[in-house]
Amino acid sequence: MIGQSPLRIFIAHAMLLLGIVVVAFPIYYTFVASTQTLQTILKPPLPMLPGDQFWNNYGEALFGGVGRMGGVSVGRLLLNTTIMALGIAVGKIFISILSAYAIVFFRFPMRMVFFWLIFITLMLPVEVRILPTYKVMVELGLIDTYAGLIIPLIASATATLLFRQFFMTIPGELLEAARVDGAGPWRFFFDILLPLSRTNIAALFVILFIYGWTQYLWPLLVTNSNDMNTIVIALRKMVSFADADTQWHLVMVTAMLAIVPPILVVVVMQRWFVRGLVESEK
Amino acid sequence: MATVDLNEVKKVYPGGVEAVKGVSIAIPDKALCVLVGPSGCGKSTLLRMIAGLETISAGTVAFDGKVVNTIGPTERDIAMVFQNYALYPHMKVYDNMAYGLRNRGTPRDEIDRRVRSTAEMLELSGLLDRRPRELSGGQRQRVAMGRAVVRDPKVFLFDEPLSNLDAKLRGQMRVEIKNLQRSLGVTSVYVTHDQLEAMTLADVLVVMNGGLVEQSGAALDIYERPASTFVASFIGAPPMNLLPLVGGQAGPALGDGTTVGLAPAGAATIGFRPEDADIEFGTDLPSDALVLPASVEAVEPVGAESFLHCQAGGGRIVVRVAGRTRVSVGDRLRVVCVAAKLHWFDQAGRRVG
Repeated sequence: MIGQSPLRIFIAHAMLLLGIVVVAFPIYYTFVASTQTLQTILKPPLPMLPGDQFWNNYGEALFGGVGRMGGVSVGRLLLNTTIMALGIAVGKIFISILSAYAIVFFRFPMRMVFFWLIFITLMLPVEVRILPTYKVMVELGLIDTYAGLIIPLIASATATLLFRQFFMTIPGELLEAARVDGAGPWRFFFDILLPLSRTNIAALFVILFIYGWTQYLWPLLVTNSNDMNTIVIALRKMVSFADADTQWHLVMVTAMLAIVPPILVVVVMQRWFVRGLVESEK
Repeated sequence: MATVDLNEVKKVYPGGVEAVKGVSIAIPDKALCVLVGPSGCGKSTLLRMIAGLETISAGTVAFDGKVVNTIGPTERDIAMVFQNYALYPHMKVYDNMAYGLRNRGTPRDEIDRRVRSTAEMLELSGLLDRRPRELSGGQRQRVAMGRAVVRDPKVFLFDEPLSNLDAKLRGQMRVEIKNLQRSLGVTSVYVTHDQLEAMTLADVLVVMNGGLVEQSGAALDIYERPASTFVASFIGAPPMNLLPLVGGQAGPALGDGTTVGLAPAGAATIGFRPEDADIEFGTDLPSDALVLPASVEAVEPVGAESFLHCQAGGGRIVVRVAGRTRVSVGDRLRVVCVAAKLHWFDQAGRRVG
């Protein structure tokens, strides 16, 4: 960007600022709404500045859940969602890294058949197999359990493919050096492959955690009890059809709280994998 | 410390490609054996079979007389230096060197002692806390060597270890490898496509071509008595001059009609080294020599010597003359080579006489 005219710099910045406003304003407005009383929200126009109900609203949402949402506090909802999102992210990484390891580094009969089987499942969206999956979960008695929330979403063809592509860039000499150094398959996996995959794991974890966090359809089906709801489901349940019945200020608070953990994950993990990217250079 | 014996070793890949077609080599204890040949001659495959990284289709590999065909690289007690170093990128130099020992369950203080003394020997002491990407090519090469040395194995295997270094560093490392190997006294197998490297390093030189051994022996013996036209043109730089002989009425003759009275029966090709030939302007010619009228096409002065590229005997030949030369392009002169320095090869390229 050397030798750019001031006008072009100005236009570039204006575009960036516009982009930020478009993305950030709804979130800001949600935050503003979450600090107002219900009366203020229901009486338009909504002020542009935060109100004075921050402590009241957030306190009530976090700790005063009785009578609202079937007696489930936001804390409980956040816990449920965190367990589910972590379970999905960790499980997907665990399974896909192992299957990619098998496919890339081992010669066994029907290797390519298995690879293509995994690949083909990419083309089957969750919605297509949702009814049979639901039936299986019912029969296994996994409705309203964390296992029921996590296990059906845990296999990932995409992550397997990503790890496969990465493993294939690892020079064969490295594997041979490890073999000469007396490292068996497990040693090679833990001592060499896993440390080298750090950045890929970090990047995938961020993506998969958010994928898990924002799941809607499956948790809606597999949880009946309010205790096991995820925060996304609970948010929807809080909005009733009659506008006046809806505790809009608490809905806004819950929405804000639902955003926080994914943001934390992104912020924390981003530092991790940016450092990893710089380190693995060359 | 071990002898390495290859007996009719073959490698056939699935699909029927025969990479190594039956190779037998006996490497004495503490010797450095160099496998040299053009790419695709099977030398790397052979090395990998010795290492245990590649299965052996037929024949046997034995260390100290014990066949090791079916045991893995770890149990064979070998150490290998790879072409691209194959250092573990996420480990420090110290850990790179210690990794093999740790996997063998060597006690921690023993590992530390060995890594540090090896590092000292290879002048790596100041680099133990660095990671491979923070090292220069030469330093990485040293670490790769160190990783092999620290294990104190029965056999060292080198797979073109110097091919990624620049010419100057390569010459330097070549000497170091030779000294290291000699002082440690570990039997070694070294693969290269560089004939200079092969000549200077080898106790036993093995020239390979098309999955077979063309010739093996001491480097200078091979240089002086190449067993085939392939070896003659592969070993030596510039390579040996080879001119085909055709049968004429007055006996064998070269492409330009010069008769060659010296030719033994069955000879189809005549060969002589650029340094064994000389140029002659006068008429006082030795009787027992090959004399070829030649015209100079190019002159390459390199300081201590000059190479004259000439058209002679129906082909192109190179003649080495010492120091500067007065000869210039277009000159007509005679190339002379005494009979004792001539090589003869038959129709199949095999040595005659």
